[in-house]
Amino acid sequence: MADTYDLIVLGSGPGGYVAAIRGAQLGMKVAIVERERLGGICLNWGCIPTKALLRSSEIYHYMQNAEAYGLSADNVSFDLAKVVERSRKVSGQLNAGVKGLMKKNKITVVEGFGAITGKGKLSVKQGDKTTELEAKNIIIATGARARDLPFAKADGERIRTYRHAMVPPAMPTKLLVIGSGAIGVEFASFYNDMGAEVTIVEMVDRIMPVEDAEVSDFMLKALTKQGITIQTGAGVEKLETGANGVTATIKGKDGKSTTGEYSHVIVAIGIISNIENIGLETVGVKSERGAILIDAYGRTNVPGIWAIGDVAGAPWLAHKASHEGVTAVEAIAQENGNKDVHPHPMDKGNIPGCTYARPQVASVGMTEARAKEAGHALKVGKFPFIGNGKAIALGEAEGFIKTIFDAKTGELLGAHMVGAEVTELIQGYVVARQLETTETELMQTVFAHPTLSEMMHESVLAAYGRAIHY
Amino acid sequence: MPIELKMPALSPTMEEGTLAKWLVKEGDVVRSGDLLAEIETDKATMEFEAVDEGTIGEILVAEGSEGVKVGTAIATIIGEDEDAAAPAKAAAPAESKAAPAPQQADAPKAETPTQEAPKQEAPKQEALAKADTAPAPSEGDRIKASPLARRLAQQQGVDLASLSGSGPNGRVVKADLADAKPGAKAPEPAPAKPADAAPVAKTPASDAKAAPASPPPTATSDIPHEASKLSNMRKVIARRLTESKQQVPHIYLTVDIRLDALLKLRGELNTALEARGVKLSVNDMLIKALALSLLEVPSCNVQFAGDQLLTFSRADISVAVSIPGGLITPVVADAGNKGLAGIATEIKDLAARAKAGKLQPHEYQGGTASLSNMGMFGIKQFEAVINPPQAMIMAIGAGEQRPYVIDGKLDVATVMSATGSFDHRAIDGADGAQLMAAFKRLVENPLGLVA
Repeated sequence: MADTYDLIVLGSGPGGYVAAIRGAQLGMKVAIVERERLGGICLNWGCIPTKALLRSSEIYHYMQNAEAYGLSADNVSFDLAKVVERSRKVSGQLNAGVKGLMKKNKITVVEGFGAITGKGKLSVKQGDKTTELEAKNIIIATGARARDLPFAKADGERIRTYRHAMVPPAMPTKLLVIGSGAIGVEFASFYNDMGAEVTIVEMVDRIMPVEDAEVSDFMLKALTKQGITIQTGAGVEKLETGANGVTATIKGKDGKSTTGEYSHVIVAIGIISNIENIGLETVGVKSERGAILIDAYGRTNVPGIWAIGDVAGAPWLAHKASHEGVTAVEAIAQENGNKDVHPHPMDKGNIPGCTYARPQVASVGMTEARAKEAGHALKVGKFPFIGNGKAIALGEAEGFIKTIFDAKTGELLGAHMVGAEVTELIQGYVVARQLETTETELMQTVFAHPTLSEMMHESVLAAYGRAIHY
Repeated sequence: MPIELKMPALSPTMEEGTLAKWLVKEGDVVRSGDLLAEIETDKATMEFEAVDEGTIGEILVAEGSEGVKVGTAIATIIGEDEDAAAPAKAAAPAESKAAPAPQQADAPKAETPTQEAPKQEAPKQEALAKADTAPAPSEGDRIKASPLARRLAQQQGVDLASLSGSGPNGRVVKADLADAKPGAKAPEPAPAKPADAAPVAKTPASDAKAAPASPPPTATSDIPHEASKLSNMRKVIARRLTESKQQVPHIYLTVDIRLDALLKLRGELNTALEARGVKLSVNDMLIKALALSLLEVPSCNVQFAGDQLLTFSRADISVAVSIPGGLITPVVADAGNKGLAGIATEIKDLAARAKAGKLQPHEYQGGTASLSNMGMFGIKQFEAVINPPQAMIMAIGAGEQRPYVIDGKLDVATVMSATGSFDHRAIDGADGAQLMAAFKRLVENPLGLVA
């Protein structure tokens, strides 16, 4: 006899476990299937443990620069094992937290590898044991994994993905980071601050290609100034692992190939969805370019089967997955006759993106180039950290906040920030976009002094030629 | 400091009006109670009285200006003890910003339109905000809309009230305006946005947006025609009747009613009342009959109000009166407790003033149910559109001699058909039927109307 539920969630990352909790809140009997650790990549091998590592490198950086604040710190050093241990402890704490949440919400956790075996049927294998589950609705939230280079598979020793880079047994001395998205730049920043010699190679002609071009330029300068070597418009052609490191052949912008020796390589060239061996073929769930196809509420082409998060395509962000999870579960509840839920499809233009390098990068909405392409006449405001009292007091006077408005309607089309703590600031503009404020409401809003947030106000004012402090 | 006179909200639903005529000119001294201007609203022309005393400083809105939004400054008054040479242009943003404090004291609680006499308001910092955004003044029926949606609506010339909002709690958002663009093509059948690679574009039922109000067809007809601008009244009629038919599920119940007894009684009463100069019409008696029926069947004397049902303990009957250019519904308040002669006198007065456009708002607003009589036009039977927020309207057809079965024998009787339209959200069919039965009984046994 199979165990019968109202909802089965396959995968317990930030998409899956949030969906399971929302289902339980709506009175569903929910089971969640996880092959490894509750919380998925995000809180075990992604967002959270990297933030813990970056916090260590940030404090280390401040300790080395204590003099700038009138302090002194001699013989500053670190113990890599302890830094990693702290990061693991943080993950462990959150993993236990998710366990607690499952228990509190009376969600059945089924450990093992789950695969759909038929309509409403899923079987979970754990060693020799197989558990059969049944539910009218199944949500696939199996996430994604790091993409490998076609010519050099990550071995975890010399050639690493984010997962290995999270728990280094020893510090790299000379590190090559392939790819300059959020993951690549965060690791580059971490290892650089910890003393490694870091090189970033990016195929596109600028780093952090999804961000606004001005942000890319700023980051290029800031990271270069910190000692990171950056090659844009360049591709790695070959990696040869030897006894003491890796020899990389890099084809530069000029078309010439050069070789270099590195102690380690981190591959951060993107991710691919986990769509294999989970039974999609048995029921005919359609996917395209590696991602499951869904509608605005997470429905696949097969009734009763839903997909959320990384497995259903870009942007590959935890908060996007969580949000899709809630939307899908509410749509399921509505199909079941619940009239009190109002699932809303997410506007992908309102999903913020954050990179926790030093300096931080955060953005929402369109870049300036994209807004121009879309045919908007623009009003663009830019306000530098150097014009903000709090930033100067913090000793963090580098960075800027850029806002892009439609000149005709006053719609906030996009906001782009680089500098200290901007990952916490961006939310203000996300709320503004969600509420569809225009420049007027933002100008009329009172911002507390002294805060970094004041720059958000000034940037809006700057777009209309009214900035006060610059 | 000069006081700004603002376009008053002369009725709870008034959003804008026409400044028909100025009764004062710049430099005139006015006392409280003096008539300042005539303002034409959606339903009537009303006089705007002075509350403060002083000298008219400057007239800011010329006579004959249409569509003046409530709250717009239309003139300034200079206080008696002030120098008349004080700057007249009170609306300049810099000034109201520079010296906001002294005005706060006498600024009445602004913005909320009431049914009371129009208020004048001291200028507020609003002037500054207006310079930036010209926000729609807040109105009695606040339309929930995002700031961006408001601005887009203004730029596109779309009436926010005509949109159904898809945001939380019916908030009008940008996407709703995309659908409402004048001249926009019919929306694609699949609601999926281009950004969503959607293999199946099913939308959960409750999220399916109500079909956007169809944009008014543009008058591009080749047939020779004359285009005339809609009057305020015509706009309101159009909006409210559309709302009613779109939002109120109507149920119609028809009965045939013998009138012989009522006509006989009317004749006798009119003979008796002749000395008093009162002449009862059939309609006067039907008003009373409807009011008594509503009191007898209170489940039909109701109003559907969102998550509440209001049951009234008094029957105020709105009577549809045709006037040049439209229709107005003066109200006979508490018609159930009024004598027939009183109703007749009241209706005569109301109808006369309605035709002259001189009704006060309280005389045509409110009402718990309506009565519409098209018998005089020879209409046999019709179904009327409910007048929201009311929950029922009685449509009266012509009284005519018809073959009628009386006590099992075919005979001739004077019969009229009456059809009640009921808001089915608030009134069940059986309750409606009870009301129709009570109405029929009262009309066929009319002594109940004079008892």
